[in-house]
Amino acid sequence: MDFTLSEEQLMFAETARSLFADSCTPDHWRRMMEANEAIDPTRWASIVETGLTLVLLPEEAGGIGLAETDFALIAQEAGYVALPEPLIESAGVAAPLLAALAPDHALLSEPSATIAIAHPANPYVANADSAGGIILHADGEAFLATPDQVTLTAQPSIDPFRRLFSVEWSKDKATPLGPNNQNGADWDLAFDRAALFNAAFGLGLAQRAVDLAVDYAKERQQFGKPIGSYQAVKHHLASAQVAIEFAKPVVAAAAAEIGARDTQARARVSHAKLVALEAADKAARASIQVHGAMGYSWEVDVHLFLKRTVALTQTWGTPAHHRARIATRIFTQPMGPDQTFAREKTNA
Amino acid sequence: MDLTYTPEQQAFRAEVRAWLDAHVPEHPLEHFDATREGFEAHRQWEKTLKSGDWGMVTWPREYGGRGLDLIQWLIFEEEYYRAGAPGRVNQNGIFLLGPTLIEFGTHEQKQRFLPKMASGEEIWAQAWSEPMAGSDLAGVRATAVREGDEYILNGHKIWSSRAVFADWAFGLFREPGSERHKGMSLIFFPLNAPGVTVNAIKKINGHVGFAEIFLENVRVPAFNRLGEEGQGWHICMATAGFERGLMLRSPARYQVAAKKLAELWAANKESADPGLEADVVRAHMNADAYALNIYQTASRLMAGAKIGPEASTNKIFWSELDIHLTQTALNILGPQAELTHEAPDANAVDWIDDYIFALAGPIYAGSNEIQRNIIAERMLGLPR
Repeated sequence: MDFTLSEEQLMFAETARSLFADSCTPDHWRRMMEANEAIDPTRWASIVETGLTLVLLPEEAGGIGLAETDFALIAQEAGYVALPEPLIESAGVAAPLLAALAPDHALLSEPSATIAIAHPANPYVANADSAGGIILHADGEAFLATPDQVTLTAQPSIDPFRRLFSVEWSKDKATPLGPNNQNGADWDLAFDRAALFNAAFGLGLAQRAVDLAVDYAKERQQFGKPIGSYQAVKHHLASAQVAIEFAKPVVAAAAAEIGARDTQARARVSHAKLVALEAADKAARASIQVHGAMGYSWEVDVHLFLKRTVALTQTWGTPAHHRARIATRIFTQPMGPDQTFAREKTNA
Repeated sequence: MDLTYTPEQQAFRAEVRAWLDAHVPEHPLEHFDATREGFEAHRQWEKTLKSGDWGMVTWPREYGGRGLDLIQWLIFEEEYYRAGAPGRVNQNGIFLLGPTLIEFGTHEQKQRFLPKMASGEEIWAQAWSEPMAGSDLAGVRATAVREGDEYILNGHKIWSSRAVFADWAFGLFREPGSERHKGMSLIFFPLNAPGVTVNAIKKINGHVGFAEIFLENVRVPAFNRLGEEGQGWHICMATAGFERGLMLRSPARYQVAAKKLAELWAANKESADPGLEADVVRAHMNADAYALNIYQTASRLMAGAKIGPEASTNKIFWSELDIHLTQTALNILGPQAELTHEAPDANAVDWIDDYIFALAGPIYAGSNEIQRNIIAERMLGLPR
């Protein structure tokens, strides 16, 4: 039993943190919003160059073949800067699925290409327009199509960096990839990874929202003192931090256990998604409140964190869906203090 | 990162389980705060525990412990709560003062106090608060005047848990004329010493779990001071860190409660509000998150880290989850919620008593408001 990260893992997270801190500042977001862009090619190139997109890709598909724990750390850092690019869905979800379906697919050797996924859990496909390929499925078969082989209808999101589309397509214009589940390809695993990495991303969103409010509350003076010296302000932010601290170990455990693929592992992923995005919601709203009218302005950055939180909370399984998976764990598996790390097969 | 138990840890769990199966009293003991008999029955249980060498498993062997690590402690606690074993009447000693003694005490002090603490021979009360020093603990007015090898203690302590029946207490006393955080020492005194008067205070559940303590020229040896003279505040904050951060409330306690809540829900879901299932799920999530957090903290401490201000987040989390969990049970019980355990229709689990107990959680061990200040100032860096 060891619940600590290795030196290598911490170093990897640090690499991602400094890359994002340098290349994804509020000024960068502003320029992208003004230009109506959702991807910054320079930043994406440095993400690819650093190897962040290869973390979860198996070595036979040209990747590094690390585990979900490693990618979750990167996702958390990406959340801290509300990264616009589809790092999670492309490198954390779609690319590993494509690698399982078609390990030699040419798209996997195009380093800068992103991959979108039309998963049955979601009515819309994120970033389908800019993707090098969209993974689709119908009648037990998986397919790949380029954006120009399908009909995309934009469904604008409140989040300026999420490009959502309804996708209409026909099999005759798409490339078949064979049965859905060949070579261990697994759409349920894709769903769990997406939920997990969005949870990790949520932790980053949450911490940044708190940190922005702390910075503001130290500077902003009212009644002759910094507003951060008042308990009403302190307690908003402390409560948000409590929520973050008790989401972190759930996300860490979910990442470590996702490979077990059992009822307990699914429940823990769902738990992580629920509490991390609840923490993000609590933090973003506390942050807006602490910023006062400034917090409600376009000019202050907090709204980007709020909007991403709203989007991620409802995508890749609604809160009700995830609660139901936890209920399944509670009512079908043994409960109690000796069951924290229990696996389904051990109980069977 | 490896979230599986080693074969040794699994064998240890089996050993604890077998011992508890053979020794845990068949019928629950009367509460240790209810009567002297209940208190002494719990002292007897502590002796039984010690006879199996389970008194305080994390302490070094030379001081009455078993020399186990924090993961083994968690496993022990899980099995302890799973077995429904009696509450630890000496929790002020073994979970609060003990770890502080191990960190700040001299070898002689550890030899003198720890083994008798681990065996239940000496049961401890805490004497932190005073009438004018609650959340503002630095407002302590009780004094300790050094005279040769002795201190003469005077003052008035209050809200002292267990003090009605306990043998010893520890508290902060200041050098006369000193101010605020300076000049305070952490000193132990026997509750039967000449000059000590203990008056019971009834809690809202009718138990005499509290007392006020009057000290009038109470003489104790200077040996009873923990740490350097005047360093009491620093030491007391370390105690509070252990109390809030790790040991006072085992995750296992809430995991057992969450399991019982799920059973209560399963038995009543036909008649109860369907919306309550979300609360049952939430109670499990909270207990699970708390367990994971403590496992993570235990792993960090074993890797050499120290408990910091994040301990304050734990205290807020467990106290709030306990209220939510027990209140959910009352919501499921509906009109039976108010029944005491004496009622013929009472549920096997005394949820109303658990709920009333849970309401104390945001107050003791440093109120949740103070914990939020600590988080805001020491974790987040907001100005005082």
